Amino acid sequence: MPKVIFIALDGTERAVDARVGESVMAVAVRNGIPGIIGECGGNCSCATCHVYVGEDFSASVGEAGDMEDDLLDLGVAERRDTSRLSCQIPVTEDLDGLKVHVPEEQ
Amino acid sequence: MSSPAGTLIIGASQAGLQVAVSLRGAGDASPITLVGDEPHAPYQRPPLSKAYLQGGAELEHLWLRTPEVLAGLGVTLVTGERVESVALTAGGPSGTARTACGRVLAFDRLALTVGARPRRLSVPGASRDGVMYLRTADDAKALRELQSDAESVVVIGGGFIGLEAAAVARTQGSTVTVIEASDRLIGRAVAPVVSEFYRAAHTRRGVDVRLGTQVVSLGGRNGRVDTVALSDGTLIPADVVIVGIGVEPCIELARQLDLESAGGIVVDQYARTSNPNVVAAGDCTVQPNPLSGLGRVRLESVQNAVSQAKAAAATLVGRREPNDAVPWFWSDQYDLKLQIAGLAGGHDRCVVRGDVDGETFSVLYYRDGALLAADAVNAPGDYMAVRKALAQGATISAEAAANQAVALKELIVPQAIGA
Repeated sequence: MPKVIFIALDGTERAVDARVGESVMAVAVRNGIPGIIGECGGNCSCATCHVYVGEDFSASVGEAGDMEDDLLDLGVAERRDTSRLSCQIPVTEDLDGLKVHVPEEQ
Repeated sequence: MSSPAGTLIIGASQAGLQVAVSLRGAGDASPITLVGDEPHAPYQRPPLSKAYLQGGAELEHLWLRTPEVLAGLGVTLVTGERVESVALTAGGPSGTARTACGRVLAFDRLALTVGARPRRLSVPGASRDGVMYLRTADDAKALRELQSDAESVVVIGGGFIGLEAAAVARTQGSTVTVIEASDRLIGRAVAPVVSEFYRAAHTRRGVDVRLGTQVVSLGGRNGRVDTVALSDGTLIPADVVIVGIGVEPCIELARQLDLESAGGIVVDQYARTSNPNVVAAGDCTVQPNPLSGLGRVRLESVQNAVSQAKAAAATLVGRREPNDAVPWFWSDQYDLKLQIAGLAGGHDRCVVRGDVDGETFSVLYYRDGALLAADAVNAPGDYMAVRKALAQGATISAEAAANQAVALKELIVPQAIGA
């Protein structure tokens, strides 16, 4: 079972088990990771699951799609090169150990 | 002195869960009991008429929090028990509730997040097997199993639930008929141009959409439905009938508490019922329009459940945080993603942007020149721009919005200039 590591603003890391196929947002919300809200349930409609992908994983995670791109532009937290909506990142075996940083606000 | 009974939250779905989480977020450390009549931990309802109905997903994937996380938050989750009666001690806030199996739940504070139930079809034959409703995970599971080998599916009701279920059934290869009594689809929520778009889009994908048509009875054999009889005399074969004709808020417990109700439990912007000691949130409520503060609206959405629950939790801990969030909503049908921001009620003008026939467009709604809302089909940028404008109290002028060469987000201006 792959693990996803969520890094809070203060640097605290929390590793949680994820199922292959589900989104990083779903993993976060179900496990009560503070700062990832996912209000729309993963429908790319709310931009409340914004994360910054750890640089080691940016290639394997890939870039935002068009719809996601529009939402990221209008989100609350600062958009960076590593910004993604975590509902649009499906967990794979290759992403085991994925580190994502949670932004200050959603 | 006895230990505190804490907060009782009746209704363990999106709103109830959020009240619990927000209470903890606000630093409330007293006991919280979350009681629900379904035999499941709180889960996301919207996928039930979308991806979950199509198959593949397990209910655990839809959990809003794992039971372990809830336990870690000190939330006592009671599932599979319906609260039958509730009473306040001397007007509250404390009191006692009793479940159908006789469990007594004492509380210091009460939140009603009891939701709504599907309106039942009341024509002859409506109780036959194969006539399905879609509200709970168990409903969706049963429908999923029936639908997988159904040749013909008849959907009664052309609202969001019905159209989403129709899209799933059609995608799975069934012959699908949608029967709508009024003259257009999703008439309560969108402008005629959007209704007509969905009629055409479903028709293009092979669904038989019948508007202005009443169902008079459901026929069948051995207790099982096999035909739907319409007011024009037509008989439509049906292996499965899906009824999506709206919901009725659950107000029985509110009545027991003498709370005002008017098509839902009446609450103010702080989620307080007519007894300010009791809060209510989610589909069971009617509230002032969150943007204008006027009138009374019933909003059946995840967004409202969450926003109102936050207001309710704030009220319970003695803070005043109004539910003034911009309402938003979405619906997935086939490859069409509809996103709605704001509330279009009372609009006097619509501006259509984009390519309706090409299935990528948005409709912006105005009243007296002020931006009220937008419906966006496969146009998330337009949706998000309107949502952001409304959240900032800004606007986008109707004249400017009609120019599709410019992205809406470039057109957001302060209300005073745009109006």
